[in-house]
Amino acid sequence: MAKPVSGKGAGVNRRQFMGEMLKSACGVGLFGLGLGVYSRSASSLPAAAIRPPGALPEDQFNGACIRCGLCVRDCPFEMIHLAKLGDPVPTGTPYFYAREKGCEMCEDIPCVVACPTNALDHALTDINQARMGLAVLVDQESCIAFHGLRCEVCYQICPIKDKAITLDRQHNARSGKHALFIPVVHSEHCTGCGKCEEACILERAAIKVLPEHLAKGELGPHYRLGWKQKEAAGGALVTPDGEHQYNLPEGMRYEHGGRGLIEGMPDLQPGVLPGPASGAEPLAEPGSVDALETLNRGAPL
Amino acid sequence: MSSKDYPGQSAVEEQGWLKAHKWLLLRRASQLGILGLFMLGPVAGLWIVQGNLSASMTLDVLPLTDPLLLLQAIASGTWPVTTGLIGAGIVLAFYALIGGRVFCSWVCPVNLVTDLAIWLRRRFDLRATSRLSRDLRYWVLGVILILPALTGVMAWEYVNPVSMAHRGLFFGMGWAWAVLAAVFLFDLLVARHGWCGHLCPVGAFYGLIGTKAQVRVVAAERERCDDCMDCFNICPEPQVIKPALKGAAAGIGPVILDINCTICGRCIDVCSMDVFRFGTRSSQVAARMMVSGVKPGQTPGASKTA
Repeated sequence: MAKPVSGKGAGVNRRQFMGEMLKSACGVGLFGLGLGVYSRSASSLPAAAIRPPGALPEDQFNGACIRCGLCVRDCPFEMIHLAKLGDPVPTGTPYFYAREKGCEMCEDIPCVVACPTNALDHALTDINQARMGLAVLVDQESCIAFHGLRCEVCYQICPIKDKAITLDRQHNARSGKHALFIPVVHSEHCTGCGKCEEACILERAAIKVLPEHLAKGELGPHYRLGWKQKEAAGGALVTPDGEHQYNLPEGMRYEHGGRGLIEGMPDLQPGVLPGPASGAEPLAEPGSVDALETLNRGAPL
Repeated sequence: MSSKDYPGQSAVEEQGWLKAHKWLLLRRASQLGILGLFMLGPVAGLWIVQGNLSASMTLDVLPLTDPLLLLQAIASGTWPVTTGLIGAGIVLAFYALIGGRVFCSWVCPVNLVTDLAIWLRRRFDLRATSRLSRDLRYWVLGVILILPALTGVMAWEYVNPVSMAHRGLFFGMGWAWAVLAAVFLFDLLVARHGWCGHLCPVGAFYGLIGTKAQVRVVAAERERCDDCMDCFNICPEPQVIKPALKGAAAGIGPVILDINCTICGRCIDVCSMDVFRFGTRSSQVAARMMVSGVKPGQTPGASKTA
C-alpha cells in the first residue's frame, strides 16, 4: 500500500482518491446524459400551443426562457399559461391555446416588456410584426362559408381585417345564382393571434393557427418565376415566341393570347379576337363541320 | 450530558422551548413570509411581487433574477435584457454580502420538505443512510451549466425541484408534487440530508457565491462546549462546525467559514451552553485579538505600537 502523500491528504491515498473521483464522474455523467436526453425530448411544442408574441424560434426559446411567469402576470387578458409538469408543453414555459383565448395584440406588448431574458424578443415593438403562428382555413368541408352561408366571423374579428383575412367572392355553383364569401388568410399580414380560431362558430374550428413550419410550404430556391423576373428586369428575358405553326384540322385555330384552341374562325370584327391566326385560313361555315369529331377520326375533312 | 431523545432537549429544558427554537421560528417566518408575499397576488389580487423565484418584479421597481438560471440561459446562447441582468446583479450582491446559502435555509421552499424528512428521521430513529460525497453537488452544478450549451435547452429546469416547487405554488403544480415527493422520500429513506446537503446544485451555486459573505455563525464561546453533540446532530452540514468549534488548539478561529454552512442558526438554538451566536466574518479577527489580549476597539497594528 502506498503511504499517504502528505499530511493534508492523510487517510486518503491516490488510488482511493481516483476511485472516488471516477465514481462521482460516472454517476453525474449518467445523470447528465439522462437529463440531456429527457430535456431534449420534453422540448417539443404541440401544434396547438402558441408562444406569446416575440417568442424566439422554439429551439432557442427553450434555452432562453427562465420560466418566471412574468409574461403571464403582465398579460392584461390573462390568456397565457405556464406549463405545469406533465403538460405536453415544456415545463414552466408560457403558451396559449387560440381556441381557448387568442392574443388581444396589445399595442404596448406588456408580455414582451416583462420578459427578463429576451426569450420574448424585445426587438418586437410593433405588435403587427409579431408572428406567433399562421392562421389556416384547414377544413373547407365544414366551414359554412363554403356552403354558401354568410358567416364571416373570422374575417370580422381579425384585428388586421382586410389585410390578414380578406373575403374572396366566388360563384356558388350549387345554387347557380348565389355568391360564396370565402375567407382567405394572407401570411404577410397574419400575426397568428388566434382571434379567428377563438371566434370560429363551428363546434371545432375550421380555421386554426398553426406554427409557420406546419402552415406553410417552401418553394425550392432554384425556382425562378418568369413573370417576376420579367418585372424585375423591366422586360422579357427570353426571345419572344415566334408564331407557332400547327397542323390543325380545318375550322380550328390556336390563339396565343390565352384562349388556346378555338373552334371556328375569327369574328368579322378583328379587334375582338386579336391573334396571329386571323385571316390566315379560309373561312369555314360555322357549325357546318364538327371539328372535334374530325379530330377524333384523325382524318382530314 | 445524559442520553437524550432529540438534539436540543437540554436547551429546551434549561432555557425554554421558545429560546431553543428562536432561529428556527424566524427562519420559518422568513420562508413562509416570502411564499406569502408571492401568494398575495394570485390569491388576494394584491400584486406586491409578480413572478417566482426564477425572476420576479416587486412593486414594479425591483427586478430580481436567479443568477444560476440566467447563467444557463446565457450558456444556451441568448443574451438577457438589462432588467434581467440587473435583477441577477442584485441577487448576486445580496447573497455575496449576506451569505450564500442563506438562500437555502431562509428562502428556498424545498427546505421545508427536506426539513420535514430529517425531522421524521429523528422522530422515528431512521438511521440507515447511503454514503454520498458532499462534493457531488459541484459535479451536478457543472453538468447543468454545460448541458444548455450542448443541447440548447435549459435542461435543469425540466427537473429542478426548487423552481418547480415555487412556480407550482403560484402557477399550478401539475406533477411537480411528484418531484417534491421524490426529494422527500430520498431524504427520508435513502440518504440523510441527501438532497440539500449532497446533490442540490442550486445550493452549491449559492454556496460559491457566498465564499466571502459577511454574516457567519461564530462558535464564540467554544471553550464552554461540553461535547453534547447536539449541534452536530441538528446541523444539515455538520462537517462545517468542527474546525470552528474544535480548532482552538490548531489555531483556527471560531468563525464557521465553510461555504456550505447554511447560516440557519439551529446550532445556536440547540446549544444549551450558548456556544454559538451570529456574527460577521470579521469576528474572526476580533476573536484573535481577544486571544492575544487586545481590546476589541483597537486595531492589531495599534496594539503593536502600544
